This record gives sequence, structure tokens and C-alpha cells, in this order.
Amino acid sequence: MMARHKILAAVVLLVTLHLAILFAGFVAPADPVVQNRDFPFAPPTRLHFVDLRGHLHLRPFVYQWTPRPDAFNEYEESRDREYPLQFFVSGAAYRVAGLVPSRVHLFGVDAPAQIFLAGTDSYGRDQFSRILSGGQISVAAGILATLISLVLGTLIGGVAGFWGKWIDESAMRFAELFMVLPWLYVLFGVRAFLPLHLSSVQTFLLLIAVIGTIGWARPARLIRGIVLSAKNQNYVAASRGFGASNVYLLRRHVLPQTYGVLLTQAALLVPQYVLAEVTLSFFGLGLSEPTPSWGGLLATLQQYNVLVSYWWMFAPAVALAVVSLGYLSVANAFHERLQSSSS
Amino acid sequence: MKYLFRRTVHGILLLIGASILCFLFSDLAPGSFFDEMKLNPQISSSTIAALRAQYGLDRPLPVRYGSWVRSAFRGEFGYSFAYNTSVRSLLVLRVRNTLFLTSLATILAWLIAVPLGVWMASHPGKWVDRICMGATSLLISLSELVLVLGLLYFAVRTHALPVGGMASTGFDRLSVLAKVWDLTAHLIVPAAALTLASLPILVRHVRACLVEILGTPFIESARAHGVGRARLLFRHALPAAANPLISLFGLSLGGLLSGSLLVEVITGWPGLGPLLLESSMSRDLYVVVGIVMASTVFMICGNLLADVMLVAVDPRLRADLRAE
Repeated sequence: MMARHKILAAVVLLVTLHLAILFAGFVAPADPVVQNRDFPFAPPTRLHFVDLRGHLHLRPFVYQWTPRPDAFNEYEESRDREYPLQFFVSGAAYRVAGLVPSRVHLFGVDAPAQIFLAGTDSYGRDQFSRILSGGQISVAAGILATLISLVLGTLIGGVAGFWGKWIDESAMRFAELFMVLPWLYVLFGVRAFLPLHLSSVQTFLLLIAVIGTIGWARPARLIRGIVLSAKNQNYVAASRGFGASNVYLLRRHVLPQTYGVLLTQAALLVPQYVLAEVTLSFFGLGLSEPTPSWGGLLATLQQYNVLVSYWWMFAPAVALAVVSLGYLSVANAFHERLQSSSS
Repeated sequence: MKYLFRRTVHGILLLIGASILCFLFSDLAPGSFFDEMKLNPQISSSTIAALRAQYGLDRPLPVRYGSWVRSAFRGEFGYSFAYNTSVRSLLVLRVRNTLFLTSLATILAWLIAVPLGVWMASHPGKWVDRICMGATSLLISLSELVLVLGLLYFAVRTHALPVGGMASTGFDRLSVLAKVWDLTAHLIVPAAALTLASLPILVRHVRACLVEILGTPFIESARAHGVGRARLLFRHALPAAANPLISLFGLSLGGLLSGSLLVEVITGWPGLGPLLLESSMSRDLYVVVGIVMASTVFMICGNLLADVMLVAVDPRLRADLRAE
């Protein structure tokens, strides 16, 4: 039995992350595609609490980066002016959750200073803002692809388990076929057969469809197993005896038994599919510039000098790991609940 | 024997299914390798049409599939548009390298996972167990991609290990010992990444299976008979837990191959991965099909191996089969 507070902590972490990603425009201090050509590969801005005279500030402040005249892409803090961190500041225009236009940002500093919590990339774009809005793409892709997989899996698994006979036999052989193929190879193969140059919306939808469709087999087999055992329960037979139709039986008695497994599967599949999107974009088969996605952000690490010199370019990996960790702990918690309730 | 024959036939049927699926997908695709040529004004459309006809791309799907199967029986597996040779000649070395890397990682991962899982299962809930479980969660969520990038960063920063490829330049002139050392040094980063990535799931399964077995009455009675700790764990509990673990071995190969694809591309290991990426980009149809099929063959062989091991390890299964 997993401690309750642990589950709660994982859920709170996940909800916070998703809210931050959903309201990326508000949380992020800068526009993810605006370039600062004067600050390529600026390191993360440091938050200071103690100034040069040794006074303690309760409100943290930052110094502005200035390029070092003697070196390439290196910066030092110009300590002549302090810029206190401010909350609910007005900044670049964006749309709240893609709908309502707004200019208010959670935090920021006065111009001309800028705050780069996770440094900048080769065009001087704020990495922190790019991670948040890249998360919109990557996490949304993961969730939508999971939905596709689960809907397909429930449909096929439910039909196969409930009606049985040759439908069941052929569906399960087909599922076996999909499970024996190594998924990343198939993903690459399928992507290879699809047109390379598409608009980003098309690519996004295509990616989700491909990732989601390939993964239908495992949920289908699980659902089939549950449906199979559920339909042989006495109360289902009794209900049938009272004249319940197949649709009613499925809706009222059989499908509700699958919810637990579906939730667990969802929590397991989302991080896996986020990773699939990240992998494809990392190799340039997913969304391309300037739309940020976690895979696209990590792709700069393929350049030797970036990998060696600018450690903050690993920041999207941290975001990816935290999201996966959150989902996996929730999946574990669900799984343990299922096990303890069934035994 | 009959059982194994049945499993082999099953595997071959799966292979045929997979190849049909590949061709169906390829038919859904608009455009082909030669479409990129249309962008070049120096190549006339009639030339492209002639090329398409020469490679048989203008024929209907069943005919193409038939000719591919014939060429597979000749051992060629189709023709690469980009390299202008048979797919087999492209794949042979790559398959060897990928197999080398993945089997090494598999062996390493199991060698670490089994003792670690057994050890964790014998101290459930203690701090070693908790730390290791935490570490496995972390490793799972880091994924191959981040792991290999991190290891690469480490290797490059410390200059301890060579990065990229499988051998240094001038490999041919080295002595045998130096050759082995050079290969090992190049192998460390990809093999470590792949091992670390496949390790956590194995450890968790070994632990879960063993915890279950350790709670059963026969272990209790063995302990009451005064069987020693190590003997209890490795002679009594581990064989009893072997079945699901062997099945897991077959199933985990898919993840391992997928991980290997990533690791190979990033570290420049000359296996199937980089070739697949390249041929995906240039839409070199038969190379993609060949690689997907090769990976499927690995998977099926791995599952067959797991079946054989199950029969070899489990006397109950042998008795069942004899009774049939």
C-alpha cells in the first residue's frame, strides 16, 4: 500500500506542471520565438539576494549579462545596476491558453535587463519560455496519442472479448503482429513513408495519429482479458437473462470494469508517447523550427560545440524527466490500488 | 520438438504478416525517392518515369510485393535507390554491429539486474530497497535519449573516452591488442547507455517476481529446514521465479532494439539505426523495409529463444508437452 501523501504529491506535481504548460504564455517571461541576437547562448541568469555592498535583499534581483569583449559567446554580469524581480509585469503579448489576448506575465524584470531562467539558445531565445511552450506541443501530443491508442484498444479489445470466436482470434493475431514489431523502428518506417515537408499543424496531427495507432495492441489485449472475464460473471448472465441487450451489457456491466486498467495504461502511455514525439522531433522527423517542442530543443545538442559548452541546453531533458516521473508515480499508485482491491 | 516447430512456424507467419504490413504502409505514402529529383530541372520527367519503371515502382502493390519476396528468397531483399546495390550488402555489416551492441547490453543488463533484484527482494522496504527503487524510477523517466546525451557529455568533457563511430582512424594498422582496446573504448558509451536504459524495468520485474515467491509456503518450509540464505535465494526462489522472467526477456527485446536505434544514431555507432534514419529521410523504400524486417527477425528470434529456454528450465512445461 503506497502512502496516500505520496500519491497526492505526484498528482499535485503533475497538475502544477500541466497548468504551467497550459498557461505557458503567462508563466514564461518572454515570447518563445523572439530572438535576441546580442545574447546567443547566454547562461541562466543568476538570482541574487546580496548586493555588492553586502546588503541583504528579500526581493531577489538580477544583473544584466554583457558580452565579454575578449571572448566569443561568453558573458559577465554588469554590476552597475540591479534589476529587482517583479511579479505580474506587463510584457510581450500572448494569448491565455491560446484564446484570450493578454500582456501580463507571472514574473519579469525591468527593461533593458532580461531574465533567462534556463539560459538562451543560439538565437538568444529564452530557453525557459521555449521549454514551457514546447511542452504544449510535446505533452499535448503524448496525451492525444494516448487517447487514440486507448479508444482504438478499447474498441477492438472490447469487441474481440465480447463477441469472441473468429473476431477475437483474428484481432488478437493482428495485435500480436503489432507487438512483435519494435515500436521505434515502425515509427521511423511509417514516418519515412509519409511526406516530409508539411505545415506544422499537419505534421503535429500526423505524428499523433501515427504514434497513437501503432500502440493500440497492448491496451486492446488488456481490455479483451477484462471483458472476457467480465462477461462470464454470473450477474452479467443474469442481466442477459432478464433481456438486457448487448449494448446495455457492455455499457452498464462490462466497460466500467475496465476503467481502472484504462487509467493505469493512460498514465503509462503518456510519458512513453511524449518520449516518442521527442525522439522523432530530435531526429528532425517531427515538428521543425521555429515551433518549439522538447525534441526540437534537445536537437541542438547534436552539435558538438553545443553539447560540450552549454550545459543549460539540457534543461528540456529535465522537464521531460520530471513529467515522466510524475506520470510513472501516478501509474504506480493506480497499479497498487488495483492490485490491492482485486486481491 | 513439435512445440518448437509450431513456434517457429508461428514466427514465420508473423514475419510474413509484418512484411505485408510494411508494403501496405509504403503504398499509402504519396511520393517516392525519385520525387525529390523533380526539383532538379536538369532531370526530365521522362527520365524519372524511366527510373521508376526500372525499379518497378510503377507496378501495382501485389506485383511489387511478389518481386520483393522473390528477391528476398535470392537473399537480396530488394534494391537500394540511393546506394544502387542490393539491400543485403548494405545490411550485413550493420546487422552485425547492432547485434553486437544489443546482445552485449542485454547480457550486461541481466547480469546486473538479477543479483540486484534478488538482493532488493530479500530486503523489501529497507533503505537499500528504497534507494534502488528510486534509482530505477529515475532511470526509467530519464529515457535512453537523455541518458546517452548525458554520457556523451561526460565522455567529451573528460576526454576519457573516444566519441562517435566504432573505431578510430587508422584502426587497420593497430595491433590486435590495441584493436580490442580501441573497440572497447568506443563501445563503452553506447553500451552503458543501453544497459542503463534497459536495466530498471528488468530490476523491477526480478524484484517483484522474487518478492512474490519469497512469500510462499515452500520457501518458509525450506527456511525452517535450515537452508542457507544464499542457497535459499538462488537455488530455491530464483528458479521458481524464472518463468515470467524468461518471458520478459523475449518481450524486452523490442524496447532494447528501439533504444539501440536511438543510441546508435546519437553516438554514431554504425548499426541499423543511422541507416534507418538516413533512408527514412531519403525515402529509400526497400532499405527501410529491410531494416524493419531485420528488427522484426531479431524480435522473433529472441522470443523463440525465450520459448526454448522456458522448455529447458521448466520441467512442468516439458511434462505438459510430452502429455500432448
